[in-house]
Amino acid sequence: MNITRDTVLYVARLARLRLSDEEVTRMQRDLDAILGYVDTLRELDTTGVPPTTHVLEIATPLRKDAVHDVLPVSEVVRNAPQHDENAMIVPKVLE
Amino acid sequence: MSDLAKAGLAELALHVASGDVSCREVVAAALARIERGDPKLGAFLTLRAEAALAEASAADAERKAGRARSRLHGLPIAVKDILASPDFETRCGSRILTGFRAPYEATVLRRLREAGLVVLGSTNMDEFAMGGSTENSALAKTRNPWDPTRVPGGSSGGSAVAVAARFVPAALGTDTGGSIRQPAALCGVTGLKPTYGRVSRYGLVAFASSLDQIGPITRSCSDAALLLGVIAGHDPHDATSYPAPAPNWLAALSGNVDGLRIGIPRGFFDGAGADAETMARAREALHVFAGLGAKTVEVELPNSGYGIATYYLICTAEASSNLSRYDGVKYGFRVASQTLDEMYEKTRSEGFGAEVKRRILLGTYVLSAGYYDAYYRKAAQVRTLIRRDFERAFESCDVIASPTTPGPAWPLGERVDDPLQMYLADVFTVTANLAGLPAVSLPCGLAAGRLPVGLQLIGRPLDEATVLRAGDAFQRHTHFHELAPEDSAS
Repeated sequence: MNITRDTVLYVARLARLRLSDEEVTRMQRDLDAILGYVDTLRELDTTGVPPTTHVLEIATPLRKDAVHDVLPVSEVVRNAPQHDENAMIVPKVLE
Repeated sequence: MSDLAKAGLAELALHVASGDVSCREVVAAALARIERGDPKLGAFLTLRAEAALAEASAADAERKAGRARSRLHGLPIAVKDILASPDFETRCGSRILTGFRAPYEATVLRRLREAGLVVLGSTNMDEFAMGGSTENSALAKTRNPWDPTRVPGGSSGGSAVAVAARFVPAALGTDTGGSIRQPAALCGVTGLKPTYGRVSRYGLVAFASSLDQIGPITRSCSDAALLLGVIAGHDPHDATSYPAPAPNWLAALSGNVDGLRIGIPRGFFDGAGADAETMARAREALHVFAGLGAKTVEVELPNSGYGIATYYLICTAEASSNLSRYDGVKYGFRVASQTLDEMYEKTRSEGFGAEVKRRILLGTYVLSAGYYDAYYRKAAQVRTLIRRDFERAFESCDVIASPTTPGPAWPLGERVDDPLQMYLADVFTVTANLAGLPAVSLPCGLAAGRLPVGLQLIGRPLDEATVLRAGDAFQRHTHFHELAPEDSAS
């Protein structure tokens, strides 16, 4: 396994994380060690084995398509760092 | 008052029912112990002392009027800082949720409230439940009451300490790869991870959604059964909650394990996986079970050695997706910026700690184009193999035993620079999460330096009853769960 600095920077960009030079060095070292370790899975032949993404064997439940109470918008936006009565406020996205 | 500190939930329930002590006295005594002992241990992040006392007084009045909501009405409990509540901040041990107060209530908190339990406050944890020592909390440092120079385990470290130090009789934790069982083992208390889906996760801040589960940390298996009965059951608000009524687990505690078949995974007790003392305590526990009529049978879990690798691929992949919601827009912390993209990056970079960033990067990498099949899909396939191992093993046994951890609590700071070393401490616990199985950690004695060691019992899906019955039978014949750290109960 060889994780390069460029790979760390690329993944950080995808994850919307900005890393200092020191953090890049550390993450490169750590990801390399961890991915080196998880590579042991390659020893296993998993041809034809179905993946498990969920352990419970239950069908996706459906609710009735009925009107029910929901939180008022003012309550929902209350935690936003910047908001007014019914909207969260963010920096301008369109000129 | 020292008797009140030692009493578990069931015993306190008897006391308040008989009237020899009021709920207010029980809650006030707990708050006094926290005020005295917690500055040294750092279990709690928030305390709602005044509200708790008012709720306890109200409980006394309702009990007096013959309207007890449950046996546990008016008794104190602590909860991990990861459950949504309109009553107090939910911060997940992170800076990024600074000031967040949910507009709704987690189902487990509603169930506690409906049963009349009094939440004293929220407990410290590794940031977003990522870690095994509680050192990844951005908010506080938590110490092990058995030796304050050592870690309490994690990620539910604050909850385990609050119970171990006799501050509260019970607490809620969450377990994604061992985060209830491991700190319970390292702090000498009982911790139960229920079957995946047994307890609603509505209002639980998500880390790895196919693995996370809420469960009790208590002084005994009988108290765990009692508390599980309060929090478990189907919830239409959680599509992954199991659609069956919760059984009466307390009624399953017969004290009888005659003929119970305890599976011993080949290789688990041979010495390589855990240190000598931990292994010795676990073997002694098996002797106790043998003396009670249980039989040990060797079972094979040939893929368990791949558990850690599988777990860290799946949990980081899910975490990278779940934690994308922290962007400075909807709640918590924001770094003001000129553009939206810059705001996302600066908010996340300043708001998350190192371990959370590490896992987000790893998860993003293993899900990224070109690597998905080699890592995430491969891990999901190995997860199937691990599940099949358990299905086969449970054809010849009723529970599977192992040490909970490879060793006792380690010194604070010792592993913070070596994430892989920290991950390897989950070797015995992660497979129960990958397979969705119920598992309990029981105190089974002390290692050198008076440090607690735990025995883990894993059960079949939805068979909490058998692991609790076995653990309870063990506790009826041993005193390890009654041992307390020397000075905190005085």
